[in-house]
Amino acid sequence: MPSLKELKGRINSVKSTQKITKAKQMVAAAKLRRAQAAAEAGRPYATRLSAVMASLASKVSGSAAPRLLAGTGADQKHLLVVVNTDKGLCGGLNSNLVKAAKAKARELQAAGKSVEFYLVGKKGRAPLKREFPNLIGTGFDTSTVKTPGFDEAEAIANELIAMFDAGQFDIAHLIYPTFKSALAQDPTVKQLIPVPAPAEAPAADAVVQYEPGEEEILEELLPRYVRTQLFGALLEREASEQGASMTAMDNATRNAGELIQKLTIQYNRSRQAAITTELIEIIAGAEAL
Amino acid sequence: MPLHFELVTPAKLVRSQEVHMVVVPGTEGEFGVLEGHAPFMSTIRDGAVQVFASANAAPEIIQVRGGFAEVNEKGLTVLAEHVEA
Repeated sequence: MPSLKELKGRINSVKSTQKITKAKQMVAAAKLRRAQAAAEAGRPYATRLSAVMASLASKVSGSAAPRLLAGTGADQKHLLVVVNTDKGLCGGLNSNLVKAAKAKARELQAAGKSVEFYLVGKKGRAPLKREFPNLIGTGFDTSTVKTPGFDEAEAIANELIAMFDAGQFDIAHLIYPTFKSALAQDPTVKQLIPVPAPAEAPAADAVVQYEPGEEEILEELLPRYVRTQLFGALLEREASEQGASMTAMDNATRNAGELIQKLTIQYNRSRQAAITTELIEIIAGAEAL
Repeated sequence: MPLHFELVTPAKLVRSQEVHMVVVPGTEGEFGVLEGHAPFMSTIRDGAVQVFASANAAPEIIQVRGGFAEVNEKGLTVLAEHVEA
């Protein structure tokens, strides 16, 4: 049985923990709204770009297609681009991402391919390094900027495309969280390079004029498409992080509340017990006289 | 009927409005787009997009970097990576 003083100390420490989790929850809620708005504002560009891509890619196919679309012709070396958060306190978000990355890596390894990781964000590094100590390649540190924007996406994309041109990998997959709601963020695996050919057949408006040629436009479009994909992933990550953090901190605050309640009851009981014992002693003493 | 003009960056939809004419700095030279322009697609070089709200108005100048322009039956869409208004 802990003493009264110990109980009091524990109640106070849980109370200050609750204050922290509550503050973090409110910060996350405020940031979530902004991150969600940013993710939504980024959508028109992505949809327009994929529409244009779709209509162009169907026209330029076969041997004339640029390498970013056609690939290197091999599928031996795979690169997994894993987008994790930089900060913790967001529940199972990062471990789910790492789990998805591991599953993909195992699947590729089982098929006899070689796998390498390219890590964006800090939180995926340690668990992946534990599992695949030799496969961690380079990465990109997003923790130096407050909110990663298009400049960061551009830097990542340029590095990836340079690696692709240097023949360091044949196929790149992007693994990032898709923000569904504050409760659900699904890890998504998507092929990034070579750019997957769009599935839907575009409407045949045959008389579009191109300046310069279709191939040149496509060639310029593809890196831009990769950049947009990465930018989208960064925005989704931001929203997912805040959403997951909000939920996790809400739970933590509630748990702390329950714990405080329990400890307070225990505290009051032992205090009452001490008073009762004292009273009994006094009464017993008075009766003995 | 005026031309529908949209300027989009990865971060947001910068413009979506009805205008008279837009002059776009294409890689192979500037071109002006009025309403009813034939379907057309071009990459653009870094430079200024001039937006004419009406026939006699002074142009509004928007600096863009990296992108391309598409003209279809719905109007003109400029996709730019960076915009300095």
